[in-house]
Amino acid sequence: MDYQDGNALAGPLSEIFTLDVTVAQGTCAGCGLRGPLAGLHVYGAAPGLVARCPGCEEVVLTLVRGPKDVWLDMRGAVSLRIPVTE
Amino acid sequence: MGIISRAFSGRPREPDAKLPPGQYLVHDFPVLSAGPTPRVPLDRWEFSIDTAEGQVHRWSWEEFQALPQETPTVDLHCVTKWSKFGTGWKGVSLDVLMEDVESAAEYALAYSYGGYTTNLPLEDLLDGKAWIVHEYDGEELAPAHGGPARLLVPHLYLWKSAKWIKGLRLLDEDWPGFWETAGYHNYGDPWREQRYQGD
Amino acid sequence: MIKRLNWRVATLVSTRQETPTARTLVFDVPGWPGHLPGQHVDVRLTAPDGYSTQRSYSIANASSEDRLELTVQTVGDGEVSPYLTEVLEPGDQIELRGPVGGWFVWRPHSSPPVLLVGGGSGIVPLMAMVRSRGKSDTPFRLLYSLRDPGQLFYADELEKVMAGVEVAYLYTRIAPPDAGRAAGRLQAADLIAYGWPPETAPDVYVCGPTGFVEAAADLLTGLGHDPAKIRTERFGPTGG
Repeated sequence: MDYQDGNALAGPLSEIFTLDVTVAQGTCAGCGLRGPLAGLHVYGAAPGLVARCPGCEEVVLTLVRGPKDVWLDMRGAVSLRIPVTE
Repeated sequence: MGIISRAFSGRPREPDAKLPPGQYLVHDFPVLSAGPTPRVPLDRWEFSIDTAEGQVHRWSWEEFQALPQETPTVDLHCVTKWSKFGTGWKGVSLDVLMEDVESAAEYALAYSYGGYTTNLPLEDLLDGKAWIVHEYDGEELAPAHGGPARLLVPHLYLWKSAKWIKGLRLLDEDWPGFWETAGYHNYGDPWREQRYQGD
Repeated sequence: MIKRLNWRVATLVSTRQETPTARTLVFDVPGWPGHLPGQHVDVRLTAPDGYSTQRSYSIANASSEDRLELTVQTVGDGEVSPYLTEVLEPGDQIELRGPVGGWFVWRPHSSPPVLLVGGGSGIVPLMAMVRSRGKSDTPFRLLYSLRDPGQLFYADELEKVMAGVEVAYLYTRIAPPDAGRAAGRLQAADLIAYGWPPETAPDVYVCGPTGFVEAAADLLTGLGHDPAKIRTERFGPTGG
């Protein structure tokens, strides 16, 4: 099954974050791999977006867009390091 | 709602009285997937039911095939809004699989090869409402559609019909699954349009 | 001023046919903030009955105020791409959100050599980088993998010799007689012949269908390129 890169999260996440979170460094709760969210494997042919770790394929985050809410579930991320400018 | 794009209609969507609210009819069989497709060799496949009381019932592929088979024809309703009518399956009714299982549990968590989970009240799996199916349209079930075997619970949205089913855990308390913890409705009745939590 | 992105209305101004099945769409987008080469937009189409669907497309042009170019390849049974390549006419409006994506971008002030590896319509965001390079000193090498000469995007522009940009065409099915390379998939030998050696630590951008990107990234790391320097953009299953 085809997947996309985490780059594909940039649009949907721009709806809820003012910063581009795809450049943030995340740490996978499954295997400890660190890398930008843009490097995750995103499965989009599903009820929501499912982003998996490129190392261990565990789910790092899911994003579900309802008519009134966006559900962001970061079940597989230990932390996010987000670059900010002064 | 956004601006209308001139002459855009999208994929053909036929209205039909048999459709639950908000659904449209398709004639192909869209493949949805939240991850890589697991490949499960039949000699290593097994299906199990474990009870809240600690009993485990297990079937190998041969044992599962030897059980009485049914051939339900059902309508499917996916929460991404497509519905497909008259799909033909072959498999084993959960009533057969649950025959020797003694449990006071009220809930079930279906879990799959590949890690997917989904939860249902146990009563929604009984009385001819659910099957473990291994054939679709006269052919063995393709991995993309959940083969070797998937759960089929057609009266709920299709995400409840877990692909690549590995087992059922019977529970005294409800334990929300993959999509149910990510914003989707806990029960998922298409006729009451229970798509998201709070619907 | 930090602001969440909302949907903008874009009006089609003109089109350019790239191949029989692909065309470039030039949009007027009032208030467009400009973009970085490699970024994409989400396009949303809405039918009269309220049905709505969206897709992502890479931006093809160098940053410019108010103007945005996308090059769209028709996907046979697609729902959106045939509409964009065959139905949409100048004056028609669509909605888009962006620019988005801050990872798969080239920043014109960065100095390492740049290696671009594109498969099929994966050329689009790479072309935005080539176009944004302008007169910068950063040397570019572009490996463009395509099925046959009829699939070539931006033919006129790529044909013109651009100082500092070397282009190699890798035909996978049918190569023209003067190609100097037999038709076939991207190989390590191509990356050695037309790319940068890993010691030069180039910034590498790979874009194309999933299988192509996977293969190219594996070959590059196999040759010793630092995985952290390889940025990828895969076309997913929703490309239609």
